[in-house]
Amino acid sequence: MKKVIMGNHSLSYGAMLSRAQVISAYPITPQTQVVELLSEMCANNVLDAKFIKVESEHSAMASCIGASLAGARTFTATSAQGLALMHELLHWASGGRMPVVMGNINRAMAPGWSIWTDQNDSLSQRDTGWIQIYCSSNQEVLDTVIQAFKVSEKIMIPSMVVLDAFVLSHTYEVVDIPDQEKVDAYLPPFKPEFTLTPDDPHAFGGLTSPEHYFELRYMLQKDMEKVPALIQETAKEFEEMFGRYPGLVEAYRCEDADVTLVTSGTVGYTARVAVDMLREEGIKAGNLRIKVFRPFPFEIIRKILGEARKVAVVDRNISYGHHGIFYEEVKSAIYGFTKDIPIFGFIAGLGGRDITPEDLKGIAHYALKKDRPEEEIVWIGVKK
Amino acid sequence: MKKKKEVKKIVFHSAKEMPLMPMSLGSMLYNKTGSWRNIKPVIDLEKCIQCGICWKFCPDISIYIENEYPVIDYDYCKGCGICAEECPTKCIVMVEEKK
Repeated sequence: MKKVIMGNHSLSYGAMLSRAQVISAYPITPQTQVVELLSEMCANNVLDAKFIKVESEHSAMASCIGASLAGARTFTATSAQGLALMHELLHWASGGRMPVVMGNINRAMAPGWSIWTDQNDSLSQRDTGWIQIYCSSNQEVLDTVIQAFKVSEKIMIPSMVVLDAFVLSHTYEVVDIPDQEKVDAYLPPFKPEFTLTPDDPHAFGGLTSPEHYFELRYMLQKDMEKVPALIQETAKEFEEMFGRYPGLVEAYRCEDADVTLVTSGTVGYTARVAVDMLREEGIKAGNLRIKVFRPFPFEIIRKILGEARKVAVVDRNISYGHHGIFYEEVKSAIYGFTKDIPIFGFIAGLGGRDITPEDLKGIAHYALKKDRPEEEIVWIGVKK
Repeated sequence: MKKKKEVKKIVFHSAKEMPLMPMSLGSMLYNKTGSWRNIKPVIDLEKCIQCGICWKFCPDISIYIENEYPVIDYDYCKGCGICAEECPTKCIVMVEEKK
């Protein structure tokens, strides 16, 4: 069934179709409507789930962790300061190997107080051991939630499904909402190997001496390394059932490109428009949209960018004192594995300032004009 | 109520043997915390009224009941003194550990 819904409700429908059993969340703009609709679904028995009201995001994630440990499929959603407040528990979920799925609506970090989009909230959680997937459309949000449960439960690592504030969260798009029976066939019930049960008591997350801690972290990394292949495998399965492929990256007109834009989130779709406009002007431009950020899909990115002539990475985020975060990551991923490619880093759209096709065209032109990067950061649209 | 069983320390020699989650990675029973003690509780059983309060309050489950009387498990007792503090007949006294 096709419906016109906002990105926030795509998350809610995704969780509903995935038959989430425990939902715990605390409202924060622009995420609020995600849990608002889910609480309605629970109240109206559309969704057979326990909705746990809490006093903070810290407790929301703690509830999800407890429920997940007890064997329930769990979902939560947050934004910005809320995600930051969850930080400690994010480590508990991944370190304890609990396959919680969370929606995070990218909202700029305060201060100055903001409700508009940029990626610094979720990228600040880069090293917590969560799978991170950046979406570009409401359809992709819904599809990714369902797929994320499948991936997370198979590998026992939690997933964060990320979407841009307002640009996606409050924008209405046509979304194909799959039939429940088909989703059930794709996503079987969650059956973890170990659960918290009085029948077989265990201590979870207890004191772990230096004799064993290192191995736990080694196992988490080894399993993270398996995730790209698992995402491709589950995406193929998804495509067979639903006709859409929720993969690792999306390459658009990259094959013969003189300049390849690297983007994420909704900028990835704006970039497709910019690429078409540039092509009409006779400029061979391409766009590589990175969808899965953690684990970083090294292999496919090296394959696509290995063929590139010039690479321009657009970041709606910043690591203060360094670069845009995708820029750092792309550079480190391809260094030593491809031929020497000039790679330029741009920062645009912090705090929700629009990133327009014209901005992206300007970025492509800049990269084409220069032989090598001349600045650590090229700022786009800032009033210097 | 019973004395803790002896448990051997579990050491995994490979990540492959270990559970995925940090769960029940062996017991801490091998860790005999009694060696941490500076003062130890001693019970005067003549004054003991078998109320079980010391057993109930011991935070380290280091008091067990044998023949209806409390016994201190010195392998694990850290000498916190809570039993002596709570004992209604003051039949438990803390004495200096002589090692």
